[in-house]
Amino acid sequence: MAESIETTEDQEAGAPRVAGGSWQGYLIGLVFAIILTLASFWVAGTDMIWGPGVPILLAVLAIAQMGVHLVFFLHISSAPDSLNNILALAFGVFVVALVVFGSMIIMANLNANMMSMPELMNMQR
Amino acid sequence: MLGKLSWAAIPFDQPIPMIASLMVILTMLAVLLLVTWKGWWPYLWSEWITSVDHKRIGVMYILLALVMLVRGFTDAIMMRSQLALAAGGAQGYLPPEHYNQIFSAHGTIMIFFVAMTFMVGLMNFVVPLQLGIRDVAFPVLNSVSFWLTAAGVLLVNMSLVIGEFARTGWLVYPPLSELAYSPGVGVDYYLWALQISGAGTLLSGINLTTTILKLRAPGMGYMRMPIFCWTALASNLLIVAAFPILTATFAMLLLDRYLGFHFFTNEAGGNAMMYINLIWAWGHPEVYILILPAFGVFSEVIATFSGKSLFGYRSMVIATMAICVLSFMVWLHHFFTMGAGADINGFFGIMTMIIAVPTGVKVFNWLFTLYGGRLRFDAPVYWALGFMVTFVVGGMTGVLLAIPPADFVLHNSLFLVAHFHNVIIGGVLFGAFAGYTFWFPKAFGFKLDERIGKAIFWCWFIGFYLAFMPLYVLGLMGATRRMQHYDVAGWQPLMLVALVGAIVILTGIVLTGVQLVVSIRTRDQRRDLTGDPWDGRTLEWSTPSPPPAWNYAVLPSVDGLDAYWEAKKSPKSRLQNDPEPETISVPRNSPIGFVLAFFAVMAGFALIWHIWWMAIAGLIGALMTILAHAWRVSDEVEYIVESEASRAAI
Repeated sequence: MAESIETTEDQEAGAPRVAGGSWQGYLIGLVFAIILTLASFWVAGTDMIWGPGVPILLAVLAIAQMGVHLVFFLHISSAPDSLNNILALAFGVFVVALVVFGSMIIMANLNANMMSMPELMNMQR
Repeated sequence: MLGKLSWAAIPFDQPIPMIASLMVILTMLAVLLLVTWKGWWPYLWSEWITSVDHKRIGVMYILLALVMLVRGFTDAIMMRSQLALAAGGAQGYLPPEHYNQIFSAHGTIMIFFVAMTFMVGLMNFVVPLQLGIRDVAFPVLNSVSFWLTAAGVLLVNMSLVIGEFARTGWLVYPPLSELAYSPGVGVDYYLWALQISGAGTLLSGINLTTTILKLRAPGMGYMRMPIFCWTALASNLLIVAAFPILTATFAMLLLDRYLGFHFFTNEAGGNAMMYINLIWAWGHPEVYILILPAFGVFSEVIATFSGKSLFGYRSMVIATMAICVLSFMVWLHHFFTMGAGADINGFFGIMTMIIAVPTGVKVFNWLFTLYGGRLRFDAPVYWALGFMVTFVVGGMTGVLLAIPPADFVLHNSLFLVAHFHNVIIGGVLFGAFAGYTFWFPKAFGFKLDERIGKAIFWCWFIGFYLAFMPLYVLGLMGATRRMQHYDVAGWQPLMLVALVGAIVILTGIVLTGVQLVVSIRTRDQRRDLTGDPWDGRTLEWSTPSPPPAWNYAVLPSVDGLDAYWEAKKSPKSRLQNDPEPETISVPRNSPIGFVLAFFAVMAGFALIWHIWWMAIAGLIGALMTILAHAWRVSDEVEYIVESEASRAAI
């Protein structure tokens, strides 16, 4: 932690502030990203795959795309100095999942004791 | 040309807002004239307005919070006096549509611009000093955060004179806040003020989180951080995670109001319950954003004045982080009665009771810290002890409200109002004042007057019980919140007691001003020359009071918890084991925060009144300011202080 105090120095030298950001890495990431994008379009349009399997395959490709972005562009790795990034990512994913799934469950349940708003408005008329 | 703005926007026919706004305008003019006459503008501009020093920004945050406390309290005492009068057939002196604005403004101001601002100010001032570093991670961004908050404050106060404020309660629930039912500018004032200040809060959260995670004095591992830094970390993580939800929810309501969307409307498939769900997904973490730093303040105060290290440091850290995570799993308890079934209500009721467990752990830790200590009864300790009693009462009524069947009886009643004032005043506000009294000598180099400080505490403490214990009773008797008058004449005696309580609190607020004046006038007798007026334990007390702009000429080296205490007690442990002269880079002042806030107010005001050309001009101005800032040359970024010179300056 001590060395991170002197972050101003490499700013002055004009060096990139992210660790491990070589242009080869970005290029590999770009190639992977393009392949995954093209694959998604192909999957959506093809009839070579059993119909109900298409959404699942698209979801898999989307998650792989997120992984490529995290590893090659946002430099999330298992190195000890990126522990903060991984923890931050985990916390973020946790909170987003909590709010999204929590909202879905709550919204699905909310009318258990009430009639829905359109019905209520119709009653008033 | 001027959108919806016309002379009709100024309420000439309503004497109360007119007199209030005249007073505010005259006071502001008087202050501006005084500053001009005394020639203080260059000083204010270069030392405060453009300052990027975290200590100055922290002080400005707290000053803003104190000013807004007066505004918010004015609303409070108007409500209390209205309800003391409006019994039986009487209607009191506030018409319903004005009363609605007052309780909406009171809630909005007290949460967003008093509690929030005060806590962010304390964290800004204290965290870098406690971590043993020279500034926050992004000093200029810090200034931007502050000025965006101030921009929000200005917009809220403008609504007093020009137009109106929201009449919809402090969280503007749709469909009432939709265009069909609130066609005026009140809700727009609310939304734009909070969008702008919310952006500032989010930036400040990112800044402080980064600071705590990345910049700590050499040797300060996570388990050597002072407990206030831990609570600040948890609080800022919550800001980073929760405030985007608020911004997105308000953005959807704005789209409904401005562009005819149907997120929360009754018609066209909108669902108002989604707003209530989302706003509380932010709103519940928000109350922990406020209370966690207060817990940190009390931990520091109790440990310092007991002369002991904090009991159960590890359990305190675990409890803090447990609250940080659990606070995201309880939000439905704010709308138990809005239609959810038994399974969902039961789950969130139990989660709400579980979150009381880590809080209870903390209370026991404080009690065990006191046990066997030699407690010195200085003013901060009064606040801490008053907090422990009051907050436990508030927590108990909270657990009571967490039981869904009980909530069906008590929701929307004055019992609920009493509960959340019990935890916010007894927790957050007592914590804010404890921190204010505790760190004041560090900020200004002299102590606040002890005797008046204790009187302020007694005013708030007794005033709180007088004002809110009757509300618990009234709530059980069936009095609802947000009512402008009532038919049951039997409630009036308790309402009068509550008014007396509010007047006692008013005395406390007046005494806060008196204390400042008295302390400043007699500052030469109360100077803190050692830098350590309370026999402190953490690193901030190792600096002179007030600390230099760079805090530490040589970064302290930390080899344990309570680093400064250990250094004082054992001759072997030294804080400064690095005698090498060092150069210090100090960030230069920057006007970007102030300029950005100017354009933010311009754009916000224009959007509220539908003055589209001015909104575009404001947004372009803000963009240009950011671009100009991005093209600074390195000389404008920071300046170098040689270590020898910095030592001489101390």
